[in-house]
Amino acid sequence: MIDYLLTEQQIMIRDLSRQITDEKIRPVAAEYDHSEKFPWDIMKIIAQSDLFGVYIEEQYGGMGGGILELCLVTEEFSRGCAGIAICYSASALGTYPIILAGSDQQKKKYLPAIAKGEKLAAFGLTEPAAGSDASALQTTAEKKGDHYILNGVKHFITNGGDAEIYTIVAMTDKSRGARGASIFIVEKGTPGFTFGKKEDKMGIRASSTRELIFNDCKVPAENLVGREGMGFISAMRTFDMSRPGIGAQAVGIAQGALDEAIKFAKQRKQFDKTVASFQGIQWMLADMATETEAARALVYASAREVGAGVKDVGVHSAMAKMYASDVAMKVTTNAVQICGGYGYMKEYPVEKYMRDAKITQIYEGTNQIQRNIIGMGLIRESSK
Amino acid sequence: MNIIVCIKQVPDTADIKLDGATKKLLREGIKGMINPFDMYAIEEGLRLKDKLGGKVTALTMGPSGAESALREAIALGCDEAVLLCDPAFAGSDTLATSYVLSCAIKKIKDYDIILCGKQALDGDTAHVGPGIAGHLDISQIVNVRKIQDIKEGSVSAQRMTEYGYDVLESQLPCLLTVVKDINVPRLPSLKGKMKAKSATISVWKAADIAAEEARIGLKGSATEVLKVTTPPARPQGKIFEGEGAVDGLVEALKGLMK
Repeated sequence: MIDYLLTEQQIMIRDLSRQITDEKIRPVAAEYDHSEKFPWDIMKIIAQSDLFGVYIEEQYGGMGGGILELCLVTEEFSRGCAGIAICYSASALGTYPIILAGSDQQKKKYLPAIAKGEKLAAFGLTEPAAGSDASALQTTAEKKGDHYILNGVKHFITNGGDAEIYTIVAMTDKSRGARGASIFIVEKGTPGFTFGKKEDKMGIRASSTRELIFNDCKVPAENLVGREGMGFISAMRTFDMSRPGIGAQAVGIAQGALDEAIKFAKQRKQFDKTVASFQGIQWMLADMATETEAARALVYASAREVGAGVKDVGVHSAMAKMYASDVAMKVTTNAVQICGGYGYMKEYPVEKYMRDAKITQIYEGTNQIQRNIIGMGLIRESSK
Repeated sequence: MNIIVCIKQVPDTADIKLDGATKKLLREGIKGMINPFDMYAIEEGLRLKDKLGGKVTALTMGPSGAESALREAIALGCDEAVLLCDPAFAGSDTLATSYVLSCAIKKIKDYDIILCGKQALDGDTAHVGPGIAGHLDISQIVNVRKIQDIKEGSVSAQRMTEYGYDVLESQLPCLLTVVKDINVPRLPSLKGKMKAKSATISVWKAADIAAEEARIGLKGSATEVLKVTTPPARPQGKIFEGEGAVDGLVEALKGLMK
């Protein structure tokens, strides 16, 4: 791995995440993939390690880091199990609207428990009819006195049902389109807030994905994050923050698959030689390693830029997410190929990496949407 | 509840070398780790602290490099750490080592429970824990698989045996050595690791703990290692198969009994 000149604390964070991954996550990854049980025992270990707070300010109980720290943890966990990793990083996704647009009071109320890992968060934007077109939201929030009344359904929500704190995007003024969206903090247990079925997924099966159902759900007005009508902007800023994290997840998946492919190639013998001795395999491994490293470099550079508060990070964070996830898909597919028939079997870990990789090309904005963002950015930049 | 955990830095099992002259393990310049059994002792100490309050002090005797083991103990949650480091300690066997540790514990003075791993991965003697209790003239419970209760100056614990376990009760202070069934050790926390980085590790020499010169180091050791050998590889077994396997086996056994 290239020396990315991480700080002493960042190296400490990476090494601790690595230790948790190797000692606690890898041994149970296949089991959770099979059972689809929520990995509470691993969440508890992560909580004890203080890693839930790496991206949260110290004054709210965190460790004072930012996006790069979050990426380092996510990458390592994903090397062990992307499903377990997403339970961790989806909580950060649900937290970012509060960090970016929340009041000091909201931060004081919610961030310490999230930083300690006592409570998980989740972000609720996607709806059955609003995926890539996030402005087509149907969920409404109507102000009545000192409350808002939420109605509608969110679906495909990661950590849905298992998280305690939800940041929900809902329309406060449908006539204004995207400018009529607002974000609310809704706690699990609020009357009128229930969960739908748990989805049976291709990959990241340790994580839970559920519908959120709001039926005349009464949310205190003080739970509005930022101002009315700013929801869509906050959501897009949240994605600017979280995209390097998905990139990091993809890099971790690619690295995990690459490591397995090398291990297999060194011990698998055909024609009286290890398959690693064949140039055809070496070239595949060389491309896989180079592309994984390139993806990592792009993800870290983007995370540093986002973390430094640079304006207009959208294009670069879209590049990081899109490139890293495409690399993860390619590397994991080739890892299965190198392992041959064994790679296709569930007894070996590589097919899981391939199944897990696919979602990184889809969620937090499909890679087609990322290309839209990049393309429009290029055109905008050139017309200045 | 003040707890002292005695730990030992052992060579990483992947990287072991012997000194040809002294027949002892080379410890300098070799990657070390906390003796795995001592990890259970640390964890049990931290759990007792979580439950009953007080503090946990990690104690080790070793070369200056053993400091990293103590920092790891602090990263896990130990409050204080003491390194017993003096050229005069070099060559100590288990008798001398347990004497040195007991001198340090006398200096720490205020303690209720001493925890040790049941034995070290390298020497495998299981002498040092009981030795400390002997030098301090306090009671001990070895091979503890569960601490059942601590109250009013006494502890009850399950001692693992070949046939199950005994339940023993002892007054405090008491020394306990623990087996791996007792708990699942935690991983360090980020805050712990940061604390460990800047923590001050006390370093005590023989004079600091009033250890008698004649009882430490090679001079204070009752054991002399005469020879260290690698056991010969076990010869390949013979497999009797198919028809006549039983007769073949019987004949072979008869041959052995001659």
